[in-house]
Amino acid sequence: MNCEQNKLLQEINILCFTVVELTLFLDTHPDNQEAMRHFDYYNRLKKEKYEEYGNLFGPLNLNQAKGRNKEFQWTMQPWPWEGGNE
Amino acid sequence: MWDYEKRLQYPVNIKNPNAKLAQYIISQYGGPDGEIGASLRYLSQRFASPYREVSALLTDIGTEELAHFEMVGTIVHQLTRNLSMEEIEKSGFGPYYIDHTVGVWPQAAGGIPFNACEFQSKGDIITDLFEDMAAEQKARTTYDNILRVVDDPDVADAIRFLRQREVVHFQRFGEGLRRVQEDLDPKNFYQFNPGFDRCMK
Repeated sequence: MNCEQNKLLQEINILCFTVVELTLFLDTHPDNQEAMRHFDYYNRLKKEKYEEYGNLFGPLNLNQAKGRNKEFQWTMQPWPWEGGNE
Repeated sequence: MWDYEKRLQYPVNIKNPNAKLAQYIISQYGGPDGEIGASLRYLSQRFASPYREVSALLTDIGTEELAHFEMVGTIVHQLTRNLSMEEIEKSGFGPYYIDHTVGVWPQAAGGIPFNACEFQSKGDIITDLFEDMAAEQKARTTYDNILRVVDDPDVADAIRFLRQREVVHFQRFGEGLRRVQEDLDPKNFYQFNPGFDRCMK
């Protein structure tokens, strides 16, 4: 995994974690307008980063997987538990 | 990493409660050949798979099994909605009711709690894939047994879908096993463990 890929993945981790935290808060405060504004903001950033990562480095989930490559990247790219093997 | 989708893989809309049937079907929630055992089996075995195709299969089928776990839970829930105390006592659902009311809890039809001893993660992909193929067949037989005691079409429809997925998974695991074996010495597949004895590959 190269530097740029690692950086983008780290940004996705941060954004996703933020969205998880806001989701849990909204589960118990479903009428909180401020939390909903934060949710929309970070959820949008998250979607943009996914898009960027997917186009550059391959799919993080099946919604992003594409059948137009030589082989199916979802299947053949490294799995997350392979980390530190190189 | 997982995300939850707020839908069932295949719709479940059961109108008539049936506590006896719920007690049978709960076996596919937490019984010896149930969906949670299947999911935990595949999602645990993935780490020791040295083949990306097989890791993909274990990940994607393990994920689908969680969706089946949710479907079976939904069936049990819908079969135990709006039960009268008389129905609970007459149907044999009483012992379950005493411990769980109508909460959904992973147990076998006979009341034995879910247990990780119902599956293996052996660290040998050939061994694991043989277990996986057997597991799919055992679940298929359980669904066949369930279908023989079901006369509600709403229940049978969802159970038939789940049964068919066992057959498809069996096929795919068979192909996964073939993928592993074509990489090995056809005269002796068992010369070494392709996930453990790396230097011999």
